[in-house]
Amino acid sequence: MNREQALLAYTLRLADNALILSQRMVEVVAAGPELEEELANANLALDFIGQARMLYTHAGHLEGRGRSEDDFAFMRDEHEFRNLLLLEQPNGHFGDALVRQYLFEAFYLHLLESLTQCADPGLADIAARAVKEVKYHLRHCSKWLIRLGDGTELSHERVQTSLDEAWRYTGEMFEVDEVDEVMQSEYAGPDLVAIRALWQSEVTATVAEATLTLPGEQWMASGGKRGQHSEHLGFLLAEMQYLQRSFPGATW
Amino acid sequence: MVAGSYSREQVLEWLAKVPDPEIPVLSILDLGIVRDVSVDEGVTVSLTPTYSGCPATEAIESSVLQALKRHGVDEIEIRRVLAPAWTTDWITEEGRRKLLEYGIAPPSTSPDIACPQCKSLNTELVSEFGSTACKASRRCCDCLEPFEYFKCL
Repeated sequence: MNREQALLAYTLRLADNALILSQRMVEVVAAGPELEEELANANLALDFIGQARMLYTHAGHLEGRGRSEDDFAFMRDEHEFRNLLLLEQPNGHFGDALVRQYLFEAFYLHLLESLTQCADPGLADIAARAVKEVKYHLRHCSKWLIRLGDGTELSHERVQTSLDEAWRYTGEMFEVDEVDEVMQSEYAGPDLVAIRALWQSEVTATVAEATLTLPGEQWMASGGKRGQHSEHLGFLLAEMQYLQRSFPGATW
Repeated sequence: MVAGSYSREQVLEWLAKVPDPEIPVLSILDLGIVRDVSVDEGVTVSLTPTYSGCPATEAIESSVLQALKRHGVDEIEIRRVLAPAWTTDWITEEGRRKLLEYGIAPPSTSPDIACPQCKSLNTELVSEFGSTACKASRRCCDCLEPFEYFKCL
C-alpha cells in the first residue's frame, strides 16, 4: 500500500465513522427525553454530518476520480464502509446510545488532536475545525454518564449494562493495521498506543466518578475497519441510502 | 459594470449588508467569517464556516454571490477556507453590541454571563445547546427571562 492509498483509506474511515454515528443519532431525533437533550443530540449529530461532508469531499479530491460526498455516502455498499463496529450498533435505550457515543468521543477527541499535527494539510485543517466541537461533545456525554451512573438504582444498573455490552467494541479503535502504520510513518498520523493510554485514563476517571465499574479484559469484536460489519449496518444503510438508490442523481 | 471599477472597500461595504441567516441582526462581517476579499479582474471572497455542520454555510455563500451580482460583479469566486478554524474571538465589537441588543448574550470568557434584559449577573445555564450549535440556553434568576448565550468556540 503506498502512502496516497493509505491517506485515502484513512480519510474514508474517519468520514464513515462520522457519518454512521450521525445517522444513528438522527434516528432518535424527536425522541429525546427532554427538550434540552433533544436539541443537544440534533446539534451534535449535525457536527458529525458536517465533519463527514468535509472528509468525503477531501477523499474525493485525494482519489481524483470525481466522486462527490454524496457518491461516497449514498452509493457504496456495506462492505465498502470502514466505520468502527461500535458506531453502527443499534441505539437501544438512551443509556445505550449515550455510552456508545461517550466511548467514541473520548477516543475521537484525542485522535483529532493528534491529526491537527498530521502532514496532510487537508486532514489537519478538518481536524482543527472539528476538535473544537468534539470538546463540547465529550463534556456533554461525560456529564450524562455521571448523571445516569450516579443517579438512581435503576439508572445505575441500566447504564452499567450498557457499558458492559458496548465494551467489546472498544478494542477495534486501537487496532493498528497497515493503513494506520503508513499514516503514522508517512504523514505523522496518530499513535494509537499513545491515544489508547489517554483514552483509558479519561474513561477510567469518568466511569469511577459515575460510580460504575470498568469492564475487565475480554474478547474484542473487530472487522469494521476491514469492511466486515455486524448485521446492523445493512439496515442502517438501506434506510439512509433509500432516496439515492431509488432516484439516482436526485438533487434538491 | 467594467471590471475593476469598484474598490475593495466598496465590496466590503456590500458584504456588510449580507446578514447571517440564523442571526440576521449580524452581518457576515460582524460574525468574522469573511476571511479575505481580493479585487482584480473579478472578486474573490474567502469564507470560513462557524461549525463543521453549520447549515447556513451554503445559504451564506449564495447570499454573497447574489449581493455581488446585484452590484454588477460578473466574475465571482467564493472560496471556503477551514484554517485557521473560526473562533468567537473574531466576532467584532460592533457584532457583540448588536447581539446584546438583539437579546443574545455575546461570548465571554468570564463565568458570569449578564442577562441581556436586566443586566443581572445572577444567571444560570439551562443547557450547553440551544436552537443552533453556536448558542447555549440560559435563564436569568432575577428577572426570570430565558435567554440565549453565544458560546465561546
